[in-house]
Amino acid sequence: MNPAAAAPVRPGGTNTAENSPRDGVTYRFRNLLGMEPLTAEQIVFLLDQSKPMQEIQHHPLKKLATLRGKSVALAFFEPSTRTRISFATAASRLGADSMNLQAESSSLKKGESLLDTVHTLDAMKPDCIVMRHSSSGAADFVARHLEIPVINAGDGTHEHPTQGLLDALTVRDRLGKIDGLNVTILGDIQHSRVARSNIHLLGKFGCRFKLCGPAMWLPRELEQIGPPGCSIHRASCMEEALVDADVIIVLRVQQERMNEPALPMDEYVMLYQLTEERLKMARPGALVLHPGPMIRGLEIDPAVADGPQSCVLEQVTNGVAVRMALLYLLMGTPPEEPNASDAAQGNRFYRPNVSG
Amino acid sequence: MKIWIKNGHVVDPASGTDSPQDVLLEGDRILATGPSAEISQQASNNGATCETLDATGWIVASGFIDLHCHLREPGGEASETIETGTRAAARGGFTAVCPMPNTRPVNDNASVTRSILERKASVRVWPIGACSKESKGESLAEIAAMKKAGIVAVSDDGRPVANAKLMRQVMDYCRSLDLPVIDHCEDASLATGAVMREGQTSVRMGLRGMPSAAESICVIRDGVLAKLTGARLHIAHLSTKDSLEFVRGSRMHGCQVTCEVTPHHFTLIDEDVIYDSNYKMNPPLASREDRDALLEGLADGTVDAIATDHAPHEPASKAVEFDKAPFGITGFETALPLALEQLVHTGRMKLMRMVELFTTGPARVLGIERRIAAGQPGDLTLFSTEHEWTFHAAESASKSRNTPFDGRTFKGAPMATIVAGRVVYRR
Repeated sequence: MNPAAAAPVRPGGTNTAENSPRDGVTYRFRNLLGMEPLTAEQIVFLLDQSKPMQEIQHHPLKKLATLRGKSVALAFFEPSTRTRISFATAASRLGADSMNLQAESSSLKKGESLLDTVHTLDAMKPDCIVMRHSSSGAADFVARHLEIPVINAGDGTHEHPTQGLLDALTVRDRLGKIDGLNVTILGDIQHSRVARSNIHLLGKFGCRFKLCGPAMWLPRELEQIGPPGCSIHRASCMEEALVDADVIIVLRVQQERMNEPALPMDEYVMLYQLTEERLKMARPGALVLHPGPMIRGLEIDPAVADGPQSCVLEQVTNGVAVRMALLYLLMGTPPEEPNASDAAQGNRFYRPNVSG
Repeated sequence: MKIWIKNGHVVDPASGTDSPQDVLLEGDRILATGPSAEISQQASNNGATCETLDATGWIVASGFIDLHCHLREPGGEASETIETGTRAAARGGFTAVCPMPNTRPVNDNASVTRSILERKASVRVWPIGACSKESKGESLAEIAAMKKAGIVAVSDDGRPVANAKLMRQVMDYCRSLDLPVIDHCEDASLATGAVMREGQTSVRMGLRGMPSAAESICVIRDGVLAKLTGARLHIAHLSTKDSLEFVRGSRMHGCQVTCEVTPHHFTLIDEDVIYDSNYKMNPPLASREDRDALLEGLADGTVDAIATDHAPHEPASKAVEFDKAPFGITGFETALPLALEQLVHTGRMKLMRMVELFTTGPARVLGIERRIAAGQPGDLTLFSTEHEWTFHAAESASKSRNTPFDGRTFKGAPMATIVAGRVVYRR
């Protein structure tokens, strides 16, 4: 029998977060596989934990020793630059080392199975694995076979939970809240893991969604994927999509999708590009978010991308903060079991002080 | 050598029998059926040795026939062999199984058919031959020679004939040979890259979906061709409400169309899918509405047979990302328990109808008879509707373990399987 298949399987690959009995506001996370299984309280907790990490981004000396001696495996089975660097930066700022596996050079090219590859990585004893993969559910699948925490850094067209968190953090900073907003998502929603994580996350806070893009990328079932009672509406045109919008999330148009089936690029620009003119239809001061990489002149007008309503660079900065918080929560000493020597050295800046 | 099956309850759709009766087998045939007193006399006649099988509390039915399975031999012996597959079939109560031709090499000529029939097997193996050479959908396979060698039907199963003209030729030819044409209905262009049924769940999970139209479009085409040619058409693993409607419609047009449904399609739905390749099969698990229509079709007589589509895959090939895993799950050992669970214990149908779906129904598709009467082949399936047990894939007789039903507790199980007067499985 294949050794990989014989490996111990933990029941349930979904996010496993348990409520600490202490005060009901500190959560521990086994994995972070998606936004869908999390509660609103857990999400608020994660966002709050990111606050001190945001401050660190502005310190002249950014390196902490909190996770000194720990290591993070960055297993990117799909090419990625920004998310990988963001996680590597987050790990490094917490004092952790990172081990890099890159798709191009990996043994996957030589026919090794995903399970064998991650078991090999696991045998190098990282404390956490951050994984990106082109197959939906790949992180869930791996989490069921590994003991160490798994962070989903994007699985196929399913979820990209840290993107959801950094988007929410950005919105909360700018607008002061994430509750009850009108959120417009533009582009290829069907194939977007960013859209799904945003819908699952913001949907838990009563946000209402309008989706707009070419019809073949907007199956009607999208209106049902949110949390119970979540309002998701497919808008037939940009005008309808943008009216009253508080937040506009522009998705990247993936060139490869343009080819199957062929969609005329010029028509996309004509119908769906977020221009300055169209942005005026949204609420004054509406935020423009883009997960990157951005193709100026295709899905977004450069003037909008660089305009005052654009949050693109804050998103990137917040991405590091959110990922630091997650790495800390998944790999750090749990708050319930304080490590005496750590506390003595005073390098645990983190204090759970979240109000419910 | 005689076998006296004592104190059982015979359920035989062919004669409408639903009463306590004993059955006496001699050699490979049924010698007599009737009340215990009569059978006991015949059992002791001539002083020949007679084995007794106490069937108290059990149902005695004609041997179950599975119209659709994959035994993987030749070519896929890591996943299953004819020996292990038929042992699993015997444990599932099947006395005859019809392996699909998608072996390596493809069963598209008489020598492959003969080699399949020469293998050691616990139950009867009735091979299905390919429609086209190598199932490539380009030119006709040697169907007449395969029929002579022992095939009972033709199909290009997982690689359905896309070209309507070739399908017409297959149907014309098979009509003259009196063979049913079995089609796995799937429009390849709509199904490309899909790993589950298109719907809310596929959209939520980010898995590429196959619209139900991929199946029903082909059911319509085949129905039209069956009308044109007069062939006997059998729709494999029918999974959608629309397909069922089109089968009913084709029959109203006078076509000879039969269909089968698998236990997993009447038990599970797309909402049950998790990122575990044991939930990946083709056709994919359908919507709740489709499943409810299948249950109705099974009960009202539209569906002719329950077929397992037993599709073993060695563990390593399934222990991969959902979208990279091969389609298919094992099915022999869970078919009857699932049918009892979903169809009989729920009150959706009488036991008689369920037995029909495993016996006279599939027999009718193949154009043969299945009844419990003197002179008939000594193939019987003895089962309990009450026996409680838990299915453990690790204990399966199959070489493979790919099933979503591992650990499921059932009420009802096959208790003994008799093929040609020989007990091939005893629980």
